[in-house]
Amino acid sequence: MAKRVGMEVSIAASEAVKLADVDVIAAYPITPQTHIVEHLSEVVADGELDAAFVPVESEHSAMSCCLGSSAAGARTFTATSSQGLALMHEILFIAPAMRLPIVMVVANRALSGPISIWNDHSDIMAEQDIAWIQTFAENGQEVFDLVLHAFRVAEDSKVLLPVIVNLDGFTLSHVIEPIEILDKAEVDKYLPPYKPKVRLDPRKPVSMGLVGIPEIYTEAKKATDEVLINSKKIVLKAWKEFGDLFGRYYNPVESYKTEGAEVILITMGSISETAMTAIDKMREKGLPVGLVRFRLWKPFPAPEFKKAIAGAQTLAVVDRALSPGGACGPVAEEIKAALYAERGRPKVFNFIAGLGGRDVTVENFEEIVSKAFAYAKKRPKQFYEMIGVREI
Amino acid sequence: MAKIDAVMGWKELDLGCVIRQPGSSRAFKTGDWRSQRPVVDRDKCIKCGLCWVYCPDLAMVPAEDGYYAVSLDYCKGCGICAKECPKDAITMVLEED
Amino acid sequence: MIEIRIHGRGGQGAVTSAELVAIAAIDDGKYAQAFPSFGPERRGAPVAAFIRVSDKPIRTREKVYVPNVVMVLDPSILKIVNVAAGLKEGGTVIINTSKTPEEMARLLNVKAKIATVDATKIAMESMGVPITNTSMLGALVKATGIVSNDALGKAIDKRFGRIAEKNKTAFNRAMTETIIRES
Repeated sequence: MAKRVGMEVSIAASEAVKLADVDVIAAYPITPQTHIVEHLSEVVADGELDAAFVPVESEHSAMSCCLGSSAAGARTFTATSSQGLALMHEILFIAPAMRLPIVMVVANRALSGPISIWNDHSDIMAEQDIAWIQTFAENGQEVFDLVLHAFRVAEDSKVLLPVIVNLDGFTLSHVIEPIEILDKAEVDKYLPPYKPKVRLDPRKPVSMGLVGIPEIYTEAKKATDEVLINSKKIVLKAWKEFGDLFGRYYNPVESYKTEGAEVILITMGSISETAMTAIDKMREKGLPVGLVRFRLWKPFPAPEFKKAIAGAQTLAVVDRALSPGGACGPVAEEIKAALYAERGRPKVFNFIAGLGGRDVTVENFEEIVSKAFAYAKKRPKQFYEMIGVREI
Repeated sequence: MAKIDAVMGWKELDLGCVIRQPGSSRAFKTGDWRSQRPVVDRDKCIKCGLCWVYCPDLAMVPAEDGYYAVSLDYCKGCGICAKECPKDAITMVLEED
Repeated sequence: MIEIRIHGRGGQGAVTSAELVAIAAIDDGKYAQAFPSFGPERRGAPVAAFIRVSDKPIRTREKVYVPNVVMVLDPSILKIVNVAAGLKEGGTVIINTSKTPEEMARLLNVKAKIATVDATKIAMESMGVPITNTSMLGALVKATGIVSNDALGKAIDKRFGRIAEKNKTAFNRAMTETIIRES
């Protein structure tokens, strides 16, 4: 039976990994991901989890090791953050190309410089094109649930792609909150053992990770892209089954009080909860505002998103990362691209908030919404705006 | 891999571009890179096998009689065999000739 | 919803005490959050930790700006940190000090319910170390009743294992010795 306990969100993430009965964990500790891998190394050392914990010397090696173990058919997990994710960069692209269902938790943290150990989304937004499935968690329960979901989706024979579960560093990873932990039998019902379609096996040799000459590289890329796009069906199916089993239903795009909303706030990750509190407050004052947030980021759920924002005149997109020298933040960019061909598309205004651990408050959301109402009447000069920046 | 001359469509590619048939690189013939080919003089050859040891493309094929034959499917004409032969039994000749 | 801010120095158990309260509140069937002031931890440096407890799901990830309760684990903090910053009207301040609530009220110049207890003395006598967090939890429970003794006792058992008994002795003694002055 599932048990409701007060638990640090990082520990809940590792408990999910433990319940998924992974075979190999290869990881390097980095703040604020540390508690996740520390706890996993403990449960392996204590014999609670029969897995190989590989304490590698860098994140580059961590991801390389994951490629090898996943290619050998092992259920494989890693976790990282910020500079660690950046150090993995060149290896990240290889996992989907080889169709390896690795699961990774990223405790989102700002990239240097200046050096920052605090939360924003600049680490993951620098990895938009790696062809991994990506989800974002809003609270500890979702972290636990999404990790199990990640294994289920990644290893589906129609998918076989790696998955990243994003959780906000510190603002989620270091918080103790109530989390319902499923028991092993429940998890086993949801997550069958991984049956690789092809794997490295000396008794039946295959070659993996080969050269793609110009005559084949394009086709190889197309094949991966198609699988990623089509993986959405399995992502949805796996959420539906999770809900049917455990009563918690998830959607790629979630709406909150969007009925009759003129302005819709768009968020991703843990600030969404604060945004809901802000929406409640503004609705009480009679402002027609709502909230839409992404739980699935890649593949980008364009149809679900368009449906969620239908009827709104104005979108206020909150980005937790900057795209310096670009048109706007990465989330706004994706949204604008998705809406460009739509008739009667809403106006999109972009706000950058919560960089490098700057708190995003209810007050900030009220400011963003009031600016969006004003800009809808009179277009601002700039494409995006940084919230709370001191202009002196 | 069913097709070897790289005209496969994306739907035909195996999972993760894996190649299930060991040794399939044999089907990739590199002999057309060659501008010179080795010619072995069997009168000088002492069957020492150094050409077989040194050939980077495994293009020297041991024959039943103990001599070594050049597989022109894979020989790229690098000339290492001719250079290493202790009896100067191998001569590189222009492909045009 | 009740929001609590805990002030202490790295190593005194401010973060642990926040965790224990949240775990106990959740065990009581309530909703709770506990989190540290995010950043690198340094022994001896002033640190803060935060707790939210509510009967309804908590839907905010803001830091705690307007606490209902402030708890101070180390009296020397009072000289360097404005512990009463943002304190809600009619809020509560709980301080580890040998002074009386009246003296502290004058010193802090706040209109608040004030609870004092000599937690350092209690910790030294019951555990032999000046780690004041579990003693201060006794004062917190007495002054606010935010969690049940039972749930907190369980959380202490789980966290401290073989030194749990000593911690519970300190907790119980602080419950008895805490002096409260209404605002």
